[in-house]
Amino acid sequence: MAQPLDRLKESPSQTAGPYVHIGLTPNFCGIEGVYAEDLGASMVNDRTRGERITVHARIFDGTGTPLRDALVEIWQADAEGLYNSPTEMRGTSDPNFTGWGRKATDMESGECVFDTVKPGRVPFKDGRRMAPHITFWIVARGINIGLHTRMYFPEEEKANAEDPILTRIEHKARVSTLIAERADDGTYVFDIHLQGEKETVFFDI
Amino acid sequence: MGAERLPNHKLETGAFFQRDRAWHAPALTPGYKTSVLRSPQKALLSLDNSLSEINGPVFGHHVLGELDNDLIHNFARAGESAVGPRIVVYGRVLDERGKGVSGALLEFWQANAGGRYRHKKEGYLAALDPNFGGCGRTITDEEGNYAFRTIKPGPYPWPNGVNDWRPAHIHFSVFGHGFAQRLITQMYFEGDPLIWRCPIVNTIPDKAAVETLIATLDMQATIPMDACAYKFDIVLRGRRSSLFENRLEGN
Repeated sequence: MAQPLDRLKESPSQTAGPYVHIGLTPNFCGIEGVYAEDLGASMVNDRTRGERITVHARIFDGTGTPLRDALVEIWQADAEGLYNSPTEMRGTSDPNFTGWGRKATDMESGECVFDTVKPGRVPFKDGRRMAPHITFWIVARGINIGLHTRMYFPEEEKANAEDPILTRIEHKARVSTLIAERADDGTYVFDIHLQGEKETVFFDI
Repeated sequence: MGAERLPNHKLETGAFFQRDRAWHAPALTPGYKTSVLRSPQKALLSLDNSLSEINGPVFGHHVLGELDNDLIHNFARAGESAVGPRIVVYGRVLDERGKGVSGALLEFWQANAGGRYRHKKEGYLAALDPNFGGCGRTITDEEGNYAFRTIKPGPYPWPNGVNDWRPAHIHFSVFGHGFAQRLITQMYFEGDPLIWRCPIVNTIPDKAAVETLIATLDMQATIPMDACAYKFDIVLRGRRSSLFENRLEGN
């Protein structure tokens, strides 16, 4: 018999449940005095480089009802396309930009808001450049394993048209589910649909 | 951010092993009713990791407060402590290759000894404990070890079936070194008869997978006259060697 691979199995995921806020955004749900502030509440400071943007995200279930108990994390490159990660080998990212944010959706409106910067382009592994994008990770009651998706920018038509991920989507009608809309006030609105006709493309990455 | 980097420690930058989606729960698990309207119906788009998922936020110890890993005291009034069975939960965060994951941020949350969560949307009859908040966090050491102190949570009824009760559990959120490793799961307690009746536990198709979420009572690590100990190891996705990655920007 050949040698065994001896790999462990990944711990199976379980839902974050309706009270995910207690652990991940305790101040948001009224548990104050344990942590000074909720982790991921702020991604930028007044020295952060790049174009400031605001993203309004909502998540809808199969009936079109917004989730009021979801937790959303975003992860993105800085304005130069570098990640604030120890495994970033291409250079040093903006020290005044965390690249990572975490918000609970509002318990009434279901909206969460991220103040961040527009990310620069990041190379795909074959050297092609990906279009500017923000990675989203969504957990909530009823979601058994966190959902990965990406938000792209509507004004980046050319970059989006050559993006190695967007061009992999066989059903072109679904590409638009990953592209945010620009509101009149210049902010971005990204609506994520968990199921149904407008279902967002989710990734197994 | 700004994790401490060890000298002579070569960072691994390869893509992660593919997730075994047959080992994890599927999205649609009708026994857990909320999943019905919150599960994608179309297939996931499968991708090998790009830099966006290989990289990830890493947290330094400066984010931690002194009592962050002590739920018995981190919400309690001075000189008081939370009510309930005192326990220590400890273990390692490993990857699928069995290597310890250092610098992993673990966050945990739970109900109090009576099964009551400190949350405004929670209406269970069991009383709140004025000295118990229910959140904590810690960061693994160089070998991937972690430990925290808490009280054992009580079981808790929930509106799914007419008479469904969650087993005693502690929620865990885990960051490894890449965003693709991001994981949220739940820890259960050895011997709890509610485990195998739970529709959320039973979203996981393989009994062997469920067993990996059950913490073991460890009398050797138990502190006499103080706290029982439970051991709970967590496994995150492993990485491919980056020796042969064809990324143009280098490895």
